Amino acid sequence: MILKPGGRYRSQVDPTEVVVVRPAKDDVDLTCGGVPMVGMAEPVTDGPALLPEHAEATTMGKRYTDGQVELLVTKAGAGALAVDGSRLVVKDAQPLPSSD
Amino acid sequence: MPISLITDMAAETLGDRVALGRSRDGLTHTALRRAALGGAGLVAASGHRSVAFVGVNGPVVAALLFASAYAGVPFTPLNYRLSAEALRVQLDRLDDPLVVTDAAFRGVVGDRRARPSEDWIADALAAPEHEPTAWDDDATAVVLFTSGTTSEPKRVLLRHANLLSYVLQTVEFASADPQDAILVSVPPYHIAGMGTILSNVYSGRRMVHLPAFAPGAWLDLVRAERITNAMLVPTMLSRLVDELGGAEAGTSSLRQLAYGGARMPRPVLEGALRAFPGVGFTNAYGLTETSSTIAVLGPDDHREALAATDPAAAARLASVGRPVPGVEIEVRGDGGRVLPAGEVGEVWVRGPQVSGEYVGLGSVLDEQGWFPTRDQGHLDAEGFLFVGGRSDDTIIRGGENIAPAEIEDQLVLHASVKDVAVVGLPDDEWGERLVAVVVPAAPIEDVDELTRWVKARVRGSRTPDEIRFADELPYNPTGKLLRRELRARLIAAGGES
Repeated sequence: MILKPGGRYRSQVDPTEVVVVRPAKDDVDLTCGGVPMVGMAEPVTDGPALLPEHAEATTMGKRYTDGQVELLVTKAGAGALAVDGSRLVVKDAQPLPSSD
Repeated sequence: MPISLITDMAAETLGDRVALGRSRDGLTHTALRRAALGGAGLVAASGHRSVAFVGVNGPVVAALLFASAYAGVPFTPLNYRLSAEALRVQLDRLDDPLVVTDAAFRGVVGDRRARPSEDWIADALAAPEHEPTAWDDDATAVVLFTSGTTSEPKRVLLRHANLLSYVLQTVEFASADPQDAILVSVPPYHIAGMGTILSNVYSGRRMVHLPAFAPGAWLDLVRAERITNAMLVPTMLSRLVDELGGAEAGTSSLRQLAYGGARMPRPVLEGALRAFPGVGFTNAYGLTETSSTIAVLGPDDHREALAATDPAAAARLASVGRPVPGVEIEVRGDGGRVLPAGEVGEVWVRGPQVSGEYVGLGSVLDEQGWFPTRDQGHLDAEGFLFVGGRSDDTIIRGGENIAPAEIEDQLVLHASVKDVAVVGLPDDEWGERLVAVVVPAAPIEDVDELTRWVKARVRGSRTPDEIRFADELPYNPTGKLLRRELRARLIAAGGES
């Protein structure tokens, strides 16, 4: 799938929802719990379950990245996020002072 | 992705926390989201294509901003200080707006029907929740009129993607402590008035409003509501420092103070640092067209600059800091050449939060997405940005381009000068002559002493040709010096000082 900034995707195996903060340049496979995520308007396929080796809970409001793609978790879930098979990790954002 | 995502997320995670108002009876995040969804229903049912607000800042502004987002229409807070005629002109320039006004401004909207702002939240909470329809990625979230200090007001168009990018890049979700509270004293029609809603709802920091700024009332409210954060424009900070008269503010809860919106005179900053010991200061630089802040000088930067012995490091107390994540800044000279550190030119900025777009005029971004700020400035060797003033303020005296800021920055350091503005007035010989208008801090007997003070510090051709005195300078409520007005006043007064 081509990720667009602001695009929203949901997991097929748990409640996870994400928003794309920084997209990938190319066509990528975005998965949650080892199963492809789908666009918010797309139907969820019956059947697939979270793969145990892809279980890693996410936190609401945290950004996850592989160094290029960046996703904001807007609903947390139990499955790990991955792009093209490589797992995304929590982005350690340098806290900015509040300016407004 | 609409900015209503912000209130969706806050309601889900921080539902019972107070978002707006006093800690004991304010509006929670759950209630704010409910009011926004109900308000969106009212907007949709009205058939109007946008929402306009004429009134002072308060919780209703956040409710209207998010209601407009859910309804998929742009929101415009208008400058309630404008004349009735100017307000009608601006309302006419909006796209069929649903008008919401404070009682005090109901008369100025002319024949239009207006909904009372006092009832909006209650009405919205009672209205059925709006079912958001299909989402348009390029939809406009906010249209703001520029202040019009240098030209006729333009309508800046901010898309959901611009504003959301700003918040996601610069604010950590739910990062505020439960007891955190910010005192908002900027007006709603200023970009900071929009930024403060988005940033503070997303971080979960309670917002308290002081619609009419006065130093005593501000200090009282900080103490009464245990305020931890505040944002002020330089003229407000200057009045606070004057009010305190050298004493410490005695605001024990206050931890962070952000300032911005106009250039900060050095003596005011020094006075503020003394009045608020232990408070972290942040200088924020941004424009309406850039969705608020694009560079910050944070508390650590302030401390390092104050403690520095190296002149370049100490000078950073006057800088606006470094770009926020996602934002690139460069300084360009004549012909668009990118200038190296240290050279003064026009500040250009690029990033997803930058709109650079005006209703009816289109985008002014260049082909690579860069926005010309019309601000003069330079970067130092470590990437700190210094902003010297508007390009439009440049005075051309005998063919030399002179930034008034350079002269003002020196004059304001003189003990007898409380405030100062330098403008160019028509001159047969020089094209423009430099006139410094000084608000004295103490009686000034030897005017030449001020001239010598400047001459010792800047190039000779930049010494004021004339110094006049005034009781005060004209500022707008967001702290911007009204140079056009000052210049017109001086021209009307003729050659006499």
